[in-house]
Amino acid sequence: MKRLATFTVDGRFLGVDVTSVREVLRPQEMTRVPLAPPRVAGLINLRGEIVTAIDLRVALGRRQLGKSDRPMNVVVTTEHGSVSVLVDAVGDVLEVDEDAFERPPSTLRGSARDLILGAYKLDGGLLLELDLDAAIGTTSPSGIDAEVEDR
Amino acid sequence: MPGEMDEIVAEFLVESYESLDRLDRDLLALERDPHARDVLASIFRTMHTIKGTCGFLGFVKLERIAHAAESLLAGLRDGSMSITPQTAGVLLATGDVLRLILRQIEASGTDGEDDHDALVDELGRLREAPPDPAAPPAAASQPASRPPRMRHGRGAGIRTAVTDTTVRVDVSLLDRLMTLVGELVLARNHLVEMASDRADPALTSATQSVDRITAELQEGVMKTRLQPIRTAWGTFPRVARDLAVALDKRVRIETDGDDTELDRSIIEAIKDPLTHIVRNAVDHGIEGPEVRVAAGKPDEGVVLVRAYHEGGQVTIEVADDGAGIDLDAVRAKAVETASMTPEEADRMSEREAIDLLFLPGFSTADHVTEVSGRGVGMDVVRTNIERIGGSIDISSRRGEGTTFKIRIPLTLAIIPVLIATSGEERFAIPQANLLEVVGVVPGSIETLHEVPVYRLRDRLLPVVSLAHELDLERDEEAPAGRFLAVLQADDRRFGLLVDGLSDPSEIVVKPLGPQLHGLEVYAGATILGNGRVGLILDVVGLAARAGVISDVHERLLDVERPAEASRNARALLVFADAAGSRMAVPLDLVDRLEGFPRAAVERSGPDEAVPYGDRILPLLSLQDLLVERRRAPRRGGEEMAADLQVLVHRRGDDLVGLVVGQIIDIVEQPLELEAASRPGVSGTMFVQGRITEILDLPGLLETHEERLRLDVAASAGAAS
Repeated sequence: MKRLATFTVDGRFLGVDVTSVREVLRPQEMTRVPLAPPRVAGLINLRGEIVTAIDLRVALGRRQLGKSDRPMNVVVTTEHGSVSVLVDAVGDVLEVDEDAFERPPSTLRGSARDLILGAYKLDGGLLLELDLDAAIGTTSPSGIDAEVEDR
Repeated sequence: MPGEMDEIVAEFLVESYESLDRLDRDLLALERDPHARDVLASIFRTMHTIKGTCGFLGFVKLERIAHAAESLLAGLRDGSMSITPQTAGVLLATGDVLRLILRQIEASGTDGEDDHDALVDELGRLREAPPDPAAPPAAASQPASRPPRMRHGRGAGIRTAVTDTTVRVDVSLLDRLMTLVGELVLARNHLVEMASDRADPALTSATQSVDRITAELQEGVMKTRLQPIRTAWGTFPRVARDLAVALDKRVRIETDGDDTELDRSIIEAIKDPLTHIVRNAVDHGIEGPEVRVAAGKPDEGVVLVRAYHEGGQVTIEVADDGAGIDLDAVRAKAVETASMTPEEADRMSEREAIDLLFLPGFSTADHVTEVSGRGVGMDVVRTNIERIGGSIDISSRRGEGTTFKIRIPLTLAIIPVLIATSGEERFAIPQANLLEVVGVVPGSIETLHEVPVYRLRDRLLPVVSLAHELDLERDEEAPAGRFLAVLQADDRRFGLLVDGLSDPSEIVVKPLGPQLHGLEVYAGATILGNGRVGLILDVVGLAARAGVISDVHERLLDVERPAEASRNARALLVFADAAGSRMAVPLDLVDRLEGFPRAAVERSGPDEAVPYGDRILPLLSLQDLLVERRRAPRRGGEEMAADLQVLVHRRGDDLVGLVVGQIIDIVEQPLELEAASRPGVSGTMFVQGRITEILDLPGLLETHEERLRLDVAASAGAAS
């Protein structure tokens, strides 16, 4: 059995390994970083620590968060320190059965394919497990460059 | 249990790295004085300890090498053989191999597959058959009178004393403490501000205590992060020795002020630049032994590296007693590469010529020796030093040596900044980069070839708009910036247009996450007084992004030296080109001014020339040379019936005629150039109160050299 912390982004039901989640925060005041790659939403002050906030929508190839959006922060620990992942709503921690796991179908295309490790078939629908390193852009710096050029 | 084992291995690694550094130093000392028995004893002890510990930990390959080295050292110690450069070389190489294996252990936990048979054999061979005693030096024997054990005992005593009063602390803990102190400084700033508003005596007094204690704590914690500079230059004797051997030179490194302390982050930052300078000194500074003896110097060159505190900063000097910088070669190189006329080059002061060494791509390597090729120039050294808020200076005396002087701050983590605002956004500008702040009124920013400039005391300052550079959203109605922060980065000076600027305050620099590492415009981030995150601008990166041009002349002819400036007053010939733009050229580049009737012009193919005395003067149209950007009406003939206005310029034995629109005046004033705006122009300046472009005549002609060469060679041949 595996425990996933779940949340929704743009209508998708996503999860990450619960052990990587440090804490969940209400919407925070954020400092925008001009010229930054679009997936970097800004910087937040987490009790004196400066944490980069990642707009998961951009990472998943959806439209950028708007100014009026008040996203929740899921602060995760990576080997490069803490990063905040911005999500629409936070769900429960779910225990999932490895047997219910399936690799993403080959028809899944675009940036989502690189970010989704696979899906758990739950009663209410599919829970997509997120590849955190890919989502926050520490494993594919080339991908970040491409985003900048796209802009 | 495995955790405990890891800890023992980690400790073994730390101690062994330190021991090997000491081994290097000791071996070099022994090579210098083969009879220093205490040094030999120390080397032996080091090797013995490594052998013993790695045997215990089961690193057999490491043990085998250490054992072979120890046997060889035992031979040296019992006097059955003495140290030769060959033995020293092999022992130094042994140290390198041991380091390599340690790194492997660190990475993989094992001492690797390689048995290093060749090294073990070599050590054994030296032990069995001591090299030919005729081999240099170390031959002259002297009775070993000093009792070898005495130093040993005392050394052990000192060691105990040191371990009693020191503790080993993980660096990450110190970093954490520094961060906390940084936050305390910010909280203190906030508190002091509030207390001054309230005028409550009790609060004021408590605040003052907090203020004082914070300052003391800040100082104390900073001290814990200090390391002796020895850690940065410990490897220099070795670097110098290897390089000197490769170059057939004799060089000795001397150090002074080894215990001078600096923040560890600064030590890391200066290590590479310093190494580069020392390599430079050995490579380019110190002459070969024959040359030195011929010049009446000892055959062994000395590079003195010393550090000392001076006014809240640390000064590091690297001084060699070599040949000094060949300023004539530098001047020649300047003419070749920096689009400077021989006259300009001759007029440069020593200072200015030496400054050229910091220009990107400016290397003296090809006319001294060629060992460099490391791809790093003095410009990189300077950039790296300036990045940590330091400065570098060179002084040199021909035949006596060169001294590099580096000044660096004690710490990096807390820096004074000004907070600049643009619209709603706030950015911190390091005060180290700030020269001054000026208020600007609407309309005072002019454009020169589409580049905004501001007249600062009659000098043109390139203007960079913060909002524009960072793509900030701005209210279109808002006035476009009210303050100009005059910033200096490397050799670039520019004005940053912002809406507002705060008083200086101290902030704590925090690094940005890896997602933002590609952004050169930021040096880091900080927590501002209001609790929000603020970005710290990297002035060098900002200038680079905005394309602020760095110009040789701008630095050479710096206005901040008025005495020199008036001495440098030069006669300028002011003229208009065919399109009416004002231009000028130093008068000494003009041999004569001539007017020729158009009818006198002879054409041969695309080239034009006029008879001039007993030679032919090739004519070049300024308009054709400056083909860039502006499309001016070509001189057509009818409406321009007047004579051709020609500047006659001498290039060596040859003459060239430059056709211009109209001669205006000759004025005398110092050259204070602002950045060049287009090719063929060395810069712009105010002449008679009007913006005037200064023509880079030699540079222009350079580009047409191919074409010129044919015509001019022919006419010169005819003339002589």
